[in-house]
Amino acid sequence: MATTDAPAKMFGQALKRREDPRLITGKGNYVDDIKLPGLLHAAILRAPYAHANINSINADAARALPGVVAVITGDEIAKEQNPLPCAWAAGGVDNNVNTPRALAVDTVRFTGEGVAMVVAESPYIAYDALDLIEVDYEPLDVVVDAEAATKEGAPQLHENAPNNIVMRWTCGKEQETTQAIDSAEVVVRQRIVNQRLLPTPMETRGYISRYDAATGEYTIWMSSQAPHVHRLLLTAFVLGIPENKMRCIAPDVGGGFGAKIFVYPEMAATLYAAKQVGQPVKWIETRRENYAATSHGRDHITDIEIAGTRDGTITGMRVHTYANLGAYLSTIAPGIPTTLYGRMLSGVYNIPAIFCEVHGVYTNTGMVDAYRGAGRPEATYVIERAMDMFADEIGIDPAEIRRKNFIQPQDFPFDTGLGMLPYDSGNYEPALDKALEAIGYQDFLKQQAEARQNGRLLGIGICSYVEVCGVAPSKWIGLTGEGWGAGLWESANVKVHLTGKVVVTTGSLPHGQGHETTFAQLVADELGVPYEDVLVEHSDTQGTPFGYGTYGSRSAAVGGTAIYKSVSKIKEKARRLAAHMLEAAEEDIVFEDGKAYVRGAPDAAKTIQEIALQASVAYDLPQGMEPFLDETTYYDPPNCTFPFGTHICTVEIDPDTGKVTPLRYVAVDDVGRVINPLIVNGQIHGGIAQGLAQALYEGAVYAENGQLLTGSLMDYAIPRADMVPHYELSRTETPSPVNPMGVKGAGEAGTIASAATVSNAVIDALSHLGIRHLDMPYSAEKVWRAIHGQ
Amino acid sequence: MEISVTVNGRTYQHDVPPRLLLVHYLREQLNLTGAHVGCDTSQCGACVVHVNGQSVKSCTMLAVQADGCEVTTIEGLATDGTYHPMQQGFWEMHGLQCGFCTPGMIMSASALLQSNANPSEAEIRHALEGNLCRCTGYENIVRAVQYAAGQMQGQAQGNGQTAMHEQAKPETPETAAELEHPQREGGRPEEPETVEDWQSENAGVSDDAPAKPEARLNTGEGGL
Repeated sequence: MATTDAPAKMFGQALKRREDPRLITGKGNYVDDIKLPGLLHAAILRAPYAHANINSINADAARALPGVVAVITGDEIAKEQNPLPCAWAAGGVDNNVNTPRALAVDTVRFTGEGVAMVVAESPYIAYDALDLIEVDYEPLDVVVDAEAATKEGAPQLHENAPNNIVMRWTCGKEQETTQAIDSAEVVVRQRIVNQRLLPTPMETRGYISRYDAATGEYTIWMSSQAPHVHRLLLTAFVLGIPENKMRCIAPDVGGGFGAKIFVYPEMAATLYAAKQVGQPVKWIETRRENYAATSHGRDHITDIEIAGTRDGTITGMRVHTYANLGAYLSTIAPGIPTTLYGRMLSGVYNIPAIFCEVHGVYTNTGMVDAYRGAGRPEATYVIERAMDMFADEIGIDPAEIRRKNFIQPQDFPFDTGLGMLPYDSGNYEPALDKALEAIGYQDFLKQQAEARQNGRLLGIGICSYVEVCGVAPSKWIGLTGEGWGAGLWESANVKVHLTGKVVVTTGSLPHGQGHETTFAQLVADELGVPYEDVLVEHSDTQGTPFGYGTYGSRSAAVGGTAIYKSVSKIKEKARRLAAHMLEAAEEDIVFEDGKAYVRGAPDAAKTIQEIALQASVAYDLPQGMEPFLDETTYYDPPNCTFPFGTHICTVEIDPDTGKVTPLRYVAVDDVGRVINPLIVNGQIHGGIAQGLAQALYEGAVYAENGQLLTGSLMDYAIPRADMVPHYELSRTETPSPVNPMGVKGAGEAGTIASAATVSNAVIDALSHLGIRHLDMPYSAEKVWRAIHGQ
Repeated sequence: MEISVTVNGRTYQHDVPPRLLLVHYLREQLNLTGAHVGCDTSQCGACVVHVNGQSVKSCTMLAVQADGCEVTTIEGLATDGTYHPMQQGFWEMHGLQCGFCTPGMIMSASALLQSNANPSEAEIRHALEGNLCRCTGYENIVRAVQYAAGQMQGQAQGNGQTAMHEQAKPETPETAAELEHPQREGGRPEEPETVEDWQSENAGVSDDAPAKPEARLNTGEGGL
C-alpha cells in the first residue's frame, strides 16, 4: 500500500479479527497444547467431604506405581509457601481473612478442596495413582447456606471468623432511608435470591510450571486473565521470592469470564512440584474440578424494601444481602458484593435515599468471586426487580416508572450518594424509547391481553441498566477505604521501528476479546500507518509492561487509553523531528494522517515512516533529542466509565408444562464510542446469553451435606444453540468524558442487563395470576408449580 | 495394540494402549492439537472430528476403535491453502471469540452441511446441540453456518474465499448504524404456536443475516 494515500479510518470499522486464522485452523496455542522436554503430568486428589479434619494420608501405594514420580501433600508445601493472598480487603474485612493453601493442611472446608498432588509420566498414570491414596477423614458438621451460617450454633469454618462472618459492610444513608420508608405512601418488601453460577469457560484452567535450578527462575504458562498480577502475588506473597524470578505467560486463553482473574492453589502447587521433581509439571483441570474448585459467581440472599409515592416516584430503598463467599476468600472476593454491588444499587434512577448492608459469609462451598458483571448483575437484578414490583403494586406501566425516575441528562456527572464515583455521562431515555419501539411495546401489550383471554401466557420484561467498568482510579480503589491492594492502571509501549513497522506491547491481554485487532485499529488510525504494519504483543510478563488484567470491561478504556497516549507522545516527538527535517519552527508543524508538514504546505510533508527512519539512524537529530520513536505510558484513569442501556425480552410460557420460551430479545446499549462494532456486538451477544441462562437454566446446587449436585456438564445447564433466541441489537452513543477516545466498555453489559430482563418478562407473564416474584432459574417445574399453586 | 489410521490423508501406524482416547491420540501422538478437551462427560463438543465422514466426539472413542478409519480434523479441513467455506464463515461472521470451541464447532457444522445443504436457523441450532460455546451466545455461529451454506450453494468458486494467511484489508468504514438490527420485516407472527414455528418463520429473515462479509476480500468486485 502506498504510504502517500491517507489510510482509511479504522476507528469504528467492523474489521474481522486478525486472531481468527490461527483459531479456525486448529493452530491456536492453548496451555494444554504446549509440550516441553521432560514434561510431567499432575493430578489432584480432592476432598470428598465438605468439612472434615484430615487425620492421615497414606500415599505409599501411589508412590510405588510405575510412572509415578512424586506424591505431594499440603504439609510439605506449607513449610515453603504461604497461603494465597486476598487482594481486596473491603471495608469491614479485618483479621478474619482466610485464604486457601496450595493443598489443604489439617482440615478441608469444601468438597473438591485439593488434598494431594500426584506427579507422573502421563495423565493416565497420575489419575490411576489418585485411587491408591488413602486419606483418613474425620467428617465435621457442614453449612452451605449463607444466612444459616450466621446463626448461633452453626458449624464454624474458621476460628477467627465468629458466626462465619467475613465482614459487615454498609453504604448509603441509613437514617434518611429509614425515614423515607417509614413515611412512604407505598412500600414493597421482597426477599430475592441471586443464585450461584458456575462461570464455565470452555477451556478449563491449566498450568505448566518449570523451575531452573541454575538461575532460581520459575516460568509458568497459565490460562490466565492477569499474568502480571499472578506473577506479583505468587512471588511476593506465596513464595517470598523477588518478582523478577518468575515469568508468567498466558498463551491463547479459552475464555475466562472472571474465573481466571484469581490466583489459585494449583498455581502454587505446580510451582512447588516443578522445583521438587526438577522437571516441568503440567496440570490441566477436568470439568468436574472446574465446577468444584474454580471460583463461582453471585450467590446472594437479599431482602429489599422499596418505598415511593402512589404515582410512582421512588423515594427510598433499603437492601440487606447475605453474600456467600464460600469456604475461603478468593483473590478479590470481598470487593464484589461491596464496591461493585452496593455502590451501584441506585441503577439508572435518582433515588434520594438508599441504604445497603451486606454480610459476607463463609460456608462449606467453593469460593465465590467475580463472574461476568461481578456485582453489577446482582445490583441490577435488585433494583430492576424492585422497580417492577413497585410498578405492579401501584398499577403503573413498567416503562413509565422507569422514565419517571431516570437520572436526567443534564445531571451528569451524577453522584448517587452510595460512595461510587460519579456516573460519567448518560442519556437514559433515548435507549428506553428505542428499545420500546424496536419490540413494538404497545402492540405486544394488546397481544398479551388477547392471549390471556385465551389462556395463553405471554410476558414482556424491561431492564434499564447502568454499570461501572473501566476500573479504576487507583487512589479511589486503594486509599479511600475500598480496600483494593494495589493500583488499577494499565501500561503500554509503542515503538515505530526503522522500517516504519509498529510494535505495540500492552499489559492488557485478550481471552477472546480481540485485542490484537482492536488495538491495531486504534494505533493505525492515530499514527496514520497501515493496519497491517501494526503488531500487538501481549500476555507474557517478560515482554510486556505491567498490566492489572482483563476484567471489569476495562481493556479499551484503560489499556486502550495507555496505547493512545503512547501514540500521542510519538506523534509529538515526530512533529518536533519533522520541524528539524523541514527546517521550520516547531509550532508551525502539523501532524495528521501519518504525515507532518508545515501548516499550509501539505505537499512537502514527511511521512511517519520517513521520520521513524531518521529517528532510528539518528544521523541528524535536533539538539538533545534521543534516537528512536519509542514511548511508554502508565495510565491511571481519572474515573471509571458507566455504560448503560435498555433491554427488553418477550417470553411465552406453556401453562401445561411451565416451560418458558424466549420469543424476542431486543438490546439497546450505550457503551460510548465503539472501536470495532463487530467485536462489541459479539461481546453483547455472549453477555446476553449468560444472563438469560441465569434466568432460565443455570444454577449451582449444593446438597445440605455440601456435595455439589451440579458437579458436571451433565447436571449444570449451560445453554445450547437451541436454548437461546436471536438477539436484536442496536446502540445509542454517549461518549465517555473520562478518556480521550470516549470509550466505555462492552464486555459485561449484556450479562448485567439480561438476567433481570428475562426475569421481569417471566414474572410479567404470570403477574395476572397473583405472582409477584419467583427466584431464578425458571425451570419448567418451578414455573408450573407457581401457576398451579403447588 | 497396533493400529493404522489415516488422518487428514496421511496414514499412521502406532502401538497404542487400549484405553487411549482418540482425542489424546490425535493431540499427544500426532500433535494435532486443534481438537480440544473441554469436559469429561462428552457434553461440550470441543473435540469433534470426522471419522469416515461422520462427526464424532473424539473424547468418546478409543484410538483403537479408529483402526482402519479415515479421520479428518480441523487441521485437515482447508484444502490447497484455501479455507473451507465453514472456516471462512466463522471468520467473516465473527463466529468465535476465545476460539476454544471453534474447531469442534466448525467440524460439526461442516458435517451438517454435508447432510443438509440449506438448513433453516432452527435446523442449524438443533444440529449444534452437541457443541457448547460460552462466548458468542451462538448468534454469529448461526450466521457463520448460513454464510457457509450460501457459499457452498453454487456461488462462483473463490468468491468470498480467502487464501490462508492473507490479512483482512480494511475498506470503507462501516458505521455502527449498518450493524444495527432494525425490527424484522413483518414483525412477529400473530400467534406463534411453538418456538419451532416461530423460529422457522423467522429463519433467515434476520436483517443482518449474512448479506455480505464485513470486509470483502478478493471478491473481484467493488475493489479498493
